[in-house]
Amino acid sequence: MTTSLRTPYDGIVMAAPVTIPYVRYSIDSAQWWIGRALSALVAQAGIKVSDIDGLCVSSFTLGTDSGIGLTQHFGLCVRWLDTIPLGGTSAIAALRKAARAVQARDADIIACVAGDTNHVDSFRLTLENFSRFNQDAVYPYGAGGANSSFALIARNYMRTFGVTRADVGRIAVAQRANALRNPHALMKTPLSIEQYLAARPISDPIHLFDCVMPCAGAEAFLVMRDETAASLGLPAARLLSTIERHNAFAGDPMQVRGGWAMDIGELYAMAGVKPDDLDIVQTYDDYPVITMMQFEDLGFCGKGEGAEFVRQHDLTIDGDFPHNTSGGQLSVGQAGAAGAYLGLVEGLRQVLGTAGPTQVRDADLCLASGFGMINYDRGLASGAAIFAGTSR
Amino acid sequence: MLQRCEGCGAFTYPAREACPSCLSAALIFVDAPPRGLLLAETTAHVPSDVYFRERAPWRIGLVKMNCGPTIVAHLHGDCVEGAPVRMSFQLDKSGQAVAFARPEGETPNMADDRQWRELTADPRFRRVLVTNGRSAIGREVALALKVAGAKMVFVGVAEPWRPFAGENLLQGQDGIELVSLDAADEKSTRNLAADIGGKVDILVNTTDYVRPGGLLDRRGTSIARDEVDQAYLGFINLAQAFGPIMRMRGADGINNSVAWVNILSVYALANWPAFGAYSASQAACLSLSHCLRAELRPGGLKMMNVFTGPVDTEWFQTVPPPKVAPRAIAQAVVSGLKGGLEEMYVGDVAEEIRQRLASNPKALEREFDR
Repeated sequence: MTTSLRTPYDGIVMAAPVTIPYVRYSIDSAQWWIGRALSALVAQAGIKVSDIDGLCVSSFTLGTDSGIGLTQHFGLCVRWLDTIPLGGTSAIAALRKAARAVQARDADIIACVAGDTNHVDSFRLTLENFSRFNQDAVYPYGAGGANSSFALIARNYMRTFGVTRADVGRIAVAQRANALRNPHALMKTPLSIEQYLAARPISDPIHLFDCVMPCAGAEAFLVMRDETAASLGLPAARLLSTIERHNAFAGDPMQVRGGWAMDIGELYAMAGVKPDDLDIVQTYDDYPVITMMQFEDLGFCGKGEGAEFVRQHDLTIDGDFPHNTSGGQLSVGQAGAAGAYLGLVEGLRQVLGTAGPTQVRDADLCLASGFGMINYDRGLASGAAIFAGTSR
Repeated sequence: MLQRCEGCGAFTYPAREACPSCLSAALIFVDAPPRGLLLAETTAHVPSDVYFRERAPWRIGLVKMNCGPTIVAHLHGDCVEGAPVRMSFQLDKSGQAVAFARPEGETPNMADDRQWRELTADPRFRRVLVTNGRSAIGREVALALKVAGAKMVFVGVAEPWRPFAGENLLQGQDGIELVSLDAADEKSTRNLAADIGGKVDILVNTTDYVRPGGLLDRRGTSIARDEVDQAYLGFINLAQAFGPIMRMRGADGINNSVAWVNILSVYALANWPAFGAYSASQAACLSLSHCLRAELRPGGLKMMNVFTGPVDTEWFQTVPPPKVAPRAIAQAVVSGLKGGLEEMYVGDVAEEIRQRLASNPKALEREFDR
């Protein structure tokens, strides 16, 4: 096993996992959703707003507001501020930055928040204006959005490794089963593999149940040192390791792996654990095929063995490989940048034993991953974190 | 055309400001080898954009170019995953250059592909108005469009009771209909538009009025007035009569209204004093054409200018060769429409002027005054 030379995250913890229940469409602004998350953080942690001295925000729909405007908006007086526009990797990146800031005592309590609203035309506008390469070289080609971009990746991946839709469908079906236990999930009806296979095509081979539903919502958590958590009497999860990588494997003609594959040696070395030790895994599931790719790149199986892996494992809450226990973005909904936080926040609840109806028994060690920013032809950003509950 | 780094020679796409191989800022657009391999394809069934939604399902793919970059491209229906393709940039309905992949070899009825036709203005199956059949250019254009598969070619003839050379080639031909049109006459253009405006998918403005002379060797403005009446005001009459209805029919089924073509003198770009006033009237038409291009854009219509040097007709009789045969102009019109282009240069003179304008416009002006 590789060893890590990076400074360990000794004494760095996460607390107060907050989810503001999602709605399909909201007439409220992103600022409203972020405000609700901050309010819930304060209430759950039993602190005053003035105790928050660091803020990290991610959102696609803040309009002209950035983090600095939000401090005035919410009456925050912070000494550490960051805005992270990394899409599906925003939560991991926020956690990494906040952890180092509290470790260095640049701040004591950092609120990491992501929230987005979803007006009726928000999603299309985000698609149309996503990035310059996207405007130039993707949107004018059928305007299929991320669905078409990921369809190309999925098609190549499935053909290269002999993966069928039924294999990929296992992930979506298992997550729907999990979502039925999560009262906040937007998807409330069971999904069978037959229904999955019979869904209407969106952009071949992506069909309806491969796609997330854009919605409004917010997620948040606090990052602090363990002595701060102890003084507040806050249950907290210990951060063991993280990785982050951008624009990995640029020479691959098409994406068949994400940046995790470059860094997992260090991820597990820093945490001092093996993939088998994990109790729960929360992957970034913008499409189930991307989750399958993550199972490989995060070291649960070899490259090309993802289909066999999902055939061999039960990915539900009560299964042998509890995965995306809230239902994931596929079944809970994708609240913009909050989608990056969904797995991390749910994982946090799991290791703190506060996940309620989706709680995995004795869950203590969790891996959460992020993936995002399809700037042109592939997802550019990847990240992951391993954290543990109080019993370790 | 793709960007190539002058520092390390690497091709890059999408267009950017620094080379991803060596960070040089010297990225020059050059003609790139057009071959590539189709890595993966998808068919968008539920596009988010209203334009593509109306045209769904729409097929796209990712092409690995032999010269390096991977390009998201519109696909010809005969492209096969894993097979070689040849790439070109085509102008889409919004005027943006977009990559299009075609099979490496020829396939049956290749030009009739639905997505290809959406990006071109192929006259096949379409109805065309050629505005002036009295000229050799108008006649040749009409005949060439017919050969190219146009369903109907309306040919405008001013004062139709007056016979003209080559009338027998047009009169009574299947799919060719002579119509009364004097572009310089506002009422005449409006009357014709009322009759056939809704049936014109392509309009080729072949109106011309060539007279020699510049400023000092002419007396008064009567000839200049005629030049302006015929070419410039004629263009305005045609645009006002036919432009609005054509713009409205830009998405009218599969054989929709697609293009407006002007045949202009290349001296619209640089004044040739021997035909100085004529050059100026053509320059006015060129400027107006850019206005028309912008105004036709919301309907998705293309506006193509075909630039020609002196044509082998009576009004250029005193000009020594090389001169352009009217048939060559007609062929350029057809091939430009088939390629969905905005500009064509016909003949050696036009091509030379294009190149010299790009390299040294002042030297060209100086040369013309001798």
